[in-house]
Amino acid sequence: MMEFNTQLDHQIIYSIVKSDSRVLDLGCGEGELLYPLVRDKHIRAQGIELNDQSIQECVKKGLSVFHDDIESGLREFPDNAFDYVIMNQSMQEVKKVDCVIQEALRIGTQVIVGFPNFAHRTSRFSLFFRGKSPVTKSLPYLWYDTPNVRFLSITDFRDFCVEKNIRIVEEHYLGEKTVVRFFPNLFALNAIFVLTKKDEAALKSGGKGYRLVL
Amino acid sequence: MKIAKHEKTNIHSVGAVETKTFTFAEQLYLASGEKLGPVTLAYETYGSLNKEKSNAILILHALSGDAHAAGVHAGDNDTGWWEELIGPGKAFDTHRYFIICSNVVGGCKGSTGPSSLNPATGKPYALDFPFITVADMVEAQRHLIDHLGIDKLLCVAGGSMGGMQVLQWVSSYPERVKSAIPIATTLKHSPQQIAFNEVIRQSIMADPAWREGSYYEFGQPEKGLSVARMIGHITFMSEHSMEEKFSRRLKSDRFSFGFDADFEVEGYLRYRGANFVKRFDANSYLYITKAIDYFDLSGGKFLPHGKTVDTRFLIISFKSDWLYPPHQSQEIVRALKRKHVDATYCELTSTYGHDAFLIEVEEQTTLIKHFLDKTFNGYLVMGNDGI
Repeated sequence: MMEFNTQLDHQIIYSIVKSDSRVLDLGCGEGELLYPLVRDKHIRAQGIELNDQSIQECVKKGLSVFHDDIESGLREFPDNAFDYVIMNQSMQEVKKVDCVIQEALRIGTQVIVGFPNFAHRTSRFSLFFRGKSPVTKSLPYLWYDTPNVRFLSITDFRDFCVEKNIRIVEEHYLGEKTVVRFFPNLFALNAIFVLTKKDEAALKSGGKGYRLVL
Repeated sequence: MKIAKHEKTNIHSVGAVETKTFTFAEQLYLASGEKLGPVTLAYETYGSLNKEKSNAILILHALSGDAHAAGVHAGDNDTGWWEELIGPGKAFDTHRYFIICSNVVGGCKGSTGPSSLNPATGKPYALDFPFITVADMVEAQRHLIDHLGIDKLLCVAGGSMGGMQVLQWVSSYPERVKSAIPIATTLKHSPQQIAFNEVIRQSIMADPAWREGSYYEFGQPEKGLSVARMIGHITFMSEHSMEEKFSRRLKSDRFSFGFDADFEVEGYLRYRGANFVKRFDANSYLYITKAIDYFDLSGGKFLPHGKTVDTRFLIISFKSDWLYPPHQSQEIVRALKRKHVDATYCELTSTYGHDAFLIEVEEQTTLIKHFLDKTFNGYLVMGNDGI
């Protein structure tokens, strides 16, 4: 039987990715996202991961992974080598975000980006009323032990896409257990964006039910 | 349940094995333009070939290795050089796979090499032996695989020079190799690697007992060959593993103020050198080091343009290996990325230097076992739901 990952972001990305496609997952961890896609949708999967213990877990699942850094690991892939390049919960740990996204757009037809929203109401509350760096469900780290080096909001990311001439195909906003439909920059803990190069605009959206028209 | 119990009791070794030989009469056309024949290859096999002949794995050895990769020979307690990885329930599981390990042409462990008799003269070839390359080694093995009736190998695997042969196998016969495991190896020998090999060769050739290679009536150039091997052993270890193994410990409680081996590390190298001359032919060492110096599959030679490669790869390197450092494995990975080849790369944390591919069992076992499982059975390694 089809077994969904319990994480909402994984469910959404699972629904976006089409069967038999070629998928590269940047920061694939133990393959939690790729494995169900390989199993149910027969995708051709490749992961990139820095942690060697995680790589062992991926290989146990039959996944192919490169032990590499996201920032240097994309260079050799040919243009449009993948249908999807996924960067879920790893973008905020990357220093050269701009370069990585441009590289991802070069090697993938679509880029799926999932990131924690720094402008969630609890973050705002924490900073405004308590004067403390926010610790939320999607940003659970203290200031001194966080792997994150980029702190961005949904609005920030939209502005970035406009500035860099990147087309947003889909946006999904995630609360703790369900999708968020209103004022996402205030209420969403996480966001998932599907991006393409501007010249790929003819591509139609693959997701259903989550698309919000802005 | 019964099967599991049975496996557990036999989990340790393939047991008694023997080295076989295969001789083919056809001439081997060598990269140098010369011909060699007839050629004999020594090899061992473990496990059994299935009806479909789809479970054969070819194991390729390093510079001074041989066909004896696992188990024990009658009357001898020495286990094979990859005993920890080949056997029932191990990484290369002999319950499931048919494992072949072949000695290289140019070697001295039962295969045709400079110490073999030249049929033209009835004496050892010595320096009349033609120069061989890694591609020639693979070509000779291809004859053996044909002889065994195997059309497509499930996997070719090996470390160091064995890894070079793995890369050469895929380069020469991509359609005959379903998967490849090159470990602690490189696409090309670097100037540093050539430099070490040159010092190794010079130390052999500087020994008067080498006699321009014609020493077979008189005995090995022991001094030269033993120094050559000592140099090798330094490059196989890491600074950390030497510190751990020897530190500055002395063999006795005081300095000798002479040129005896004061330090344990000196004693170790001398011991290794002295042992090596008993088991390895000096001319073979010269020829084989030259073969790996000539090895260069860089610049598009690895996966020639236009050929599609369906071979899956598992590439393993070790952080502390400075002889075949991880960046050389990453160069292999980059070549595979450019060609859309399905591959896994893992840089294992180990302090053992280049020796790690013989020593680090646990993590290599996990990677190799599951990689082979996936290659042999397809997707669905975990559970039995989904498809």
